[in-house]
Amino acid sequence: MFSNRLVNILIPIVSVFLGLLVGAFIMLGFGYNPLLGYLSLWNGAFGDSYFFGETLRQVTPYILSGLAVAFAFRTGLFNIGVEGQVIVGWLASVWVGLAIDAPMIIHLPLAVLAAALAGAAWGFLPGLLKAKLGVHEVIVTIMMNYIALYTSNALVRNVISDGKDRTERVPETASLTSEWLASLTQYSRLHFGLLIALFAAAVMWFLLNKTARGYELRAVGFNQDASRYAGMNVGRNIILSMVISGAFAGLAGAMEGIGTFGYQSVKGGFTNIGFDGIAVALLGGNAAIGVVLAAFLFGTLKIGALNMPTGAGVPTELVDIVIAMIIFFVASSYMIRWFLLKIKKEGK
Amino acid sequence: MDYVIEMLDIRKEFPGIVANDNITLQVQKGEIHALLGENGAGKSTLMNVLFGLYQPEKGEIKVRGEKVKISDPNVANRLGIGMVHQHFMLVDKFTVTENIILGSEPKKKGTVDLKKAEKEVERLSELYGLKVDPRAKIRDISVGMQQRVEILKTLYRGAEILIFDEPTAVLTPQEIKELIEIMRALIREGKSIILITHKLKEIMQVCDRCTVIRKGKGIGTVDVAATNPTELASLMVGREVTFSTDKTPANPKDVTLSVKDLTVKDARQVEMVKNLSLDVKAGEIVGLAGVDGNGQSELIEAITGLRKSSSGSIHLNGKPITNLTPRKVTDAGISHIPQDRHRFGLVLDFPVGENMVLQTYNKKPFSKNGILNYKEIYKKAESLIKEYDVRTPSVYTKARALSGGNQQKAIIGREVDRSPDLIIAAQPTRGLDVGAIEFIHKKLIEERDKGRAVLLLSFELDEIMNLSDRIAVMFDGKIVSEVKPEETTEQELGLLMAGSKQQKAGEQ
Repeated sequence: MFSNRLVNILIPIVSVFLGLLVGAFIMLGFGYNPLLGYLSLWNGAFGDSYFFGETLRQVTPYILSGLAVAFAFRTGLFNIGVEGQVIVGWLASVWVGLAIDAPMIIHLPLAVLAAALAGAAWGFLPGLLKAKLGVHEVIVTIMMNYIALYTSNALVRNVISDGKDRTERVPETASLTSEWLASLTQYSRLHFGLLIALFAAAVMWFLLNKTARGYELRAVGFNQDASRYAGMNVGRNIILSMVISGAFAGLAGAMEGIGTFGYQSVKGGFTNIGFDGIAVALLGGNAAIGVVLAAFLFGTLKIGALNMPTGAGVPTELVDIVIAMIIFFVASSYMIRWFLLKIKKEGK
Repeated sequence: MDYVIEMLDIRKEFPGIVANDNITLQVQKGEIHALLGENGAGKSTLMNVLFGLYQPEKGEIKVRGEKVKISDPNVANRLGIGMVHQHFMLVDKFTVTENIILGSEPKKKGTVDLKKAEKEVERLSELYGLKVDPRAKIRDISVGMQQRVEILKTLYRGAEILIFDEPTAVLTPQEIKELIEIMRALIREGKSIILITHKLKEIMQVCDRCTVIRKGKGIGTVDVAATNPTELASLMVGREVTFSTDKTPANPKDVTLSVKDLTVKDARQVEMVKNLSLDVKAGEIVGLAGVDGNGQSELIEAITGLRKSSSGSIHLNGKPITNLTPRKVTDAGISHIPQDRHRFGLVLDFPVGENMVLQTYNKKPFSKNGILNYKEIYKKAESLIKEYDVRTPSVYTKARALSGGNQQKAIIGREVDRSPDLIIAAQPTRGLDVGAIEFIHKKLIEERDKGRAVLLLSFELDEIMNLSDRIAVMFDGKIVSEVKPEETTEQELGLLMAGSKQQKAGEQ
């Protein structure tokens, strides 16, 4: 009935639809109008150019954190540490933004680079431990998340500021914000980071699929024994994979640090950009283009949902449940694949 | 005639191919019935239909004369059909009994009645002469014993008809002998057996009748007593097959590989190779004979750089290659056809084309300045596939989807094509059918005649005897004897492999 390719495209679509359906029942159950709810979600994301700008702004870090998770996945690693790498990237970009005085053409690339390097360094350590000692990267990266969070908090409070809860705002020369983009979108916080994110997606695709290095990384991801037999340095590839993944995550942090907010603050908890990146990568099938599309969906939900309490009177807690439902169905797309394949089998 | 299983005109299609084209298989009660065919002929498909894993498009199945529909393996189990898989499905850390009862545990007040299960396993084991310890952990017992656990698993579930899928592929000669005894014991107790195989010798030895399939079609059923291996082989392949490989006497030249006083330890720090010395000359095939586990694998891993040696030296063409990385060893001129093709030989999730450049992907013309040139990669793959007769839908197909024989031909094509000075072939024909074996043997001899050195590791005495110009027998980490194939017999080799060196001196 359907080809395999069609099944692969249908799965995310059906998943999202089912999520919306269950979300609708939940709203109905609590006495809210689901149509009105979803209409305000739509308007909240695409209703006017301001909302659209905000949606794209939210998509930007999701693309990068999704790429980070997907890249590690493709090379056989599970990088749960994207969250921490985002935080150190965020901090590094802001720090370089504040500490240096330079013209934009030097300052801005430097701040972005600092974020990538910080994320890469945060990925290097778990990669090294995995490659040399066989320590599982999941455990190490989870712990590194906490180290990142509290180190960042301590530095913000004690080093970068004078006991304040947030740093100064980074100067124009180190900022991704754009008067032009802002004015196009009724002064949303849309910034040039989106271009960096899209470029990073292209880089990931090219690196993995077109280069000899990517060939090695994928081979190691699939079969370490065969890679060793073929003469590849398995340990070095594991470290490199974590470093590249961490660099993507660090860039995601820069999107927030010198893009959306322009400062780093003392955080009470995780940003969730890294954790959402796991879902984005899963939904996007760990492919660069898929990650971009999935990030777009997540950004839309996140920003659109903000309008649901005002637009349809749905309380925020319920909105979170509805969004979680959609993500749940998306993440458990395995069920839907199974179901679709069953239909396919019987339809024959 | 009393048939216990009848599969009549079974047809099973997969997208693009007919795997079973109206095949009929009738098994009598109390017989050992061979199912013979090349790799990819459709044997496994047919058995998976019988076991309920596939539904046939056409045809009917009768069990003990009654028409049945086998919709899943549980139905097959209830009908008394049990399958002993080629790749064992056992939990390593569980005991024999725990593995056997998995999924149909005897319960007592909500807990598993392990005592009762152990008793039952012990009884079955004794009845059929399996000699299995019900309390041993799977990871502590040999491959041969693990297979017996698989057999017990089917018996425990009350199987009357046992399907053996290539059971001897993983066994040593001694274990094969014991397995044959077990199969005879099963028949004595009234069971029936379907033996999937492409080893003609085994069919001649134990089977009563044999159904041959070729390229998805049933060729016919013959009485084993009234046929011979040559006839069976030509039925299976569809043409005459020569068994003894034609080869001219070797013309050995300079020493290519020289191993001196090599000692290699395994992961547990046990010395597996002990002070071993061995030379392989250009233009000769040296057969490394021995029972599995006597250090052959460790020796090969040390030569190819996959394992560090603790003392001694290895030279290739006079240059030291001791403890170099696998890449440096490859670049020095060694090709390695690995024993475990799934674990080492291929990245199964890569397309066939990408697998063809597993060592050369970073060299011209396959990549330049770090950028892959897929046009060149797939061009090379196409030409190798053609030359080595790798049957695959395309170079873009995942290696996982190929049959074992075609995977092996792909590896051999890749390894031989690099024009190495030394080819190390570890069990190059394991699990392959006679057609593929013939092809691979011919290739190895061709390479020898081109002046390459070949080191052949095999557990098949036939293969060692047929191919080698010189046989080095390995026992307990040492080369205990070197013999010429024309001056020895399989019996003598068998004794040498068992470590009885004196025997030889006594005979002569």
